[in-house]
Amino acid sequence: MSAEEPPAGSSIDTVLEVRDLTVRFGQRGAAALTAVDGLSLALRAGRTLALVGESGSGKSTVVKALSRLLVPNAGEILLRGKPVGRGRAALRDYRRTVQVVFQDPFASLNPMHTVGHHLRRPLSLTPGHPRGDALTTAVHELLRSVNMTPPEDYAARHPHELSGGQRQRVAIARALAPAPQVLLADEPVSMLDVSIRLEILNLLDKLKRERDLALLYVTHDLATARHFSSEIMVMYRGEVVEHGPSDQVILAPAHPYTRMLAAAAPDPSRSRAELAAQRQERLRLRSDRGAEARTAALDEGCRFRNRCRFAMPACADRPPSLPAGPDHTARCWLFDQETAAAS
Amino acid sequence: MSDLVLRAEHVSVEYAGARPTRAVRDVTLELRRGEVLGIAGESGCGKSTLAYALTRMLKPPAELTGGSVSFLGRDGVEVEVHGLDPMALREFRWTRIAMVFQSAMNALNPVTSLRRQFADIFRAHRPDWGVQRRDARSRELLDMVGIDPRRIGDYPHELSGGMRQRVMIAMALALEPEVVILDEPTTALDVVVQREILDEIERLRAELGFSVVFITHDLSLLLEISDRLAVMYAGEIVEYAPSDAVHTGAAHPYTRGLLRSFPDLRGEARELRGVPGSPPDLSRPLVGCPFAPRCEHVFDPCRRVAPVLAEPEDGAGWAVACHLERGAA
Repeated sequence: MSAEEPPAGSSIDTVLEVRDLTVRFGQRGAAALTAVDGLSLALRAGRTLALVGESGSGKSTVVKALSRLLVPNAGEILLRGKPVGRGRAALRDYRRTVQVVFQDPFASLNPMHTVGHHLRRPLSLTPGHPRGDALTTAVHELLRSVNMTPPEDYAARHPHELSGGQRQRVAIARALAPAPQVLLADEPVSMLDVSIRLEILNLLDKLKRERDLALLYVTHDLATARHFSSEIMVMYRGEVVEHGPSDQVILAPAHPYTRMLAAAAPDPSRSRAELAAQRQERLRLRSDRGAEARTAALDEGCRFRNRCRFAMPACADRPPSLPAGPDHTARCWLFDQETAAAS
Repeated sequence: MSDLVLRAEHVSVEYAGARPTRAVRDVTLELRRGEVLGIAGESGCGKSTLAYALTRMLKPPAELTGGSVSFLGRDGVEVEVHGLDPMALREFRWTRIAMVFQSAMNALNPVTSLRRQFADIFRAHRPDWGVQRRDARSRELLDMVGIDPRRIGDYPHELSGGMRQRVMIAMALALEPEVVILDEPTTALDVVVQREILDEIERLRAELGFSVVFITHDLSLLLEISDRLAVMYAGEIVEYAPSDAVHTGAAHPYTRGLLRSFPDLRGEARELRGVPGSPPDLSRPLVGCPFAPRCEHVFDPCRRVAPVLAEPEDGAGWAVACHLERGAA
């Protein structure tokens, strides 16, 4: 929980760092699509960074690049401060250190294999791995660490004998098998039933603390991002538009896009009368064709400007990341003193 | 009860098989004219199956094994939905009740333009309309849901997910139905788009006066938009109450668990937990309360006797199927 963690930006071990990550996808008969554009982030031991954004904003592409499932077009990945080598041995080493939990536990487990097999495989690919009974003990240990008890029972089961939440626990246990230092969780609960999502998130949080993992939590859900991470990065169309301490980003969002996200999230704490008033206000301000503005191509300048209430002439130029508070940045001209003074 | 538009009584649905799955068990609910009724529950609770039973769209192996659904039209017509002959059913659907399906991505035909898909509706239900009238109405509908009518020649893949869902809503409203059933209409969409679609539905409902059955797993959303809501668990309604009442004090432990499953965006950090465990297998006999194995307040009668949902008696009806509420604790 964020309250127990030291403030963002203090000098805690950076395990994985990315600088200026850029990923482009070629498109037949069209210009290449820049899915991730110059993104930099640092994951620290025992800390959670949430990466938030709508679908198509580039969140999953970041995970794929960080897990080296795809090769970025530009950018540097540093593991414990050292650039990552290109050879096969270096890649194997990297993948042991940086593990992924994918979104869909119905697709990420092999239906032909038992839970035990799913966990023995990564264990036995680790140098100096346990053998024989010790291997079985290690499998049981992993299952216990994700609260699947009795482990003997679960190890013998096939994925179809498990619920979605149990499958995701197996996927987490598998990711823990090579004793990684970094865990990339790509929408780990969005495919699960609402009633069990918090259990899985609490489990990830507990494992992060126990194992001093650097955790990247990719999600579109602002509320869990706030409660399970110390820092939040907001992505919009391949760019990080805001980055700061979780409470700051959610309670006092700086970038107009983050403000829009926070305002749109369901909030049962507001009364129905308040909600009706807000709805009337939104309908009044509603741009006639907002749905279309969203998909229009914008190559230069601020990518959010055709949806932005505060758009001004300066927005035709791409804004840099500007300070919006302590350890808090926003990619928006509103935070540029000169531009703000001139407008 | 002239303000009712739809009444489902003791509806039960089974999926046939070696061991039939009793997906909906003895559900009774009422939809009033102009209201939004929310149906909440996790996957497998029977909420979509119930929607299919309300519109008589169940396909084998699903089968209505009991109960009735009556529709009471604005013009005074009373219809027993499951008693309609095929021609009357064709006439009834879409003009009286329309449905918006869960996944807008797959509900539109990818190989025909929007123009043709709209035209299909009118060719079937308004055979006397000419091309120009069909086209004019289609454009009007697109405009109504906030899409530029010039895009009528577009194919579904040229539209974003949110726009496709708007098109689905426009299509559902094409024949001015009195009831619209929305099955997870915004689940696959981003929060901002979801908010726009909800606002749009609310605006259209105020303008056109239809009633809505809104089905979703997102209880926090239902608290905002519905007038009354029914929480389903294991094929049954376990709590049926005005949304305000659920907001201030949900009575059933499952409803409370679902509410707890959504962390408060702006509130203080508190203990965050959902509802551990999973729902029962509905193809096996159930003894006692189906929620008992997951319930933190379980006590003796829960394991033996299934609690019953009291019939809502009046406008303030707040029914709960839980032994705790019967004062047995």
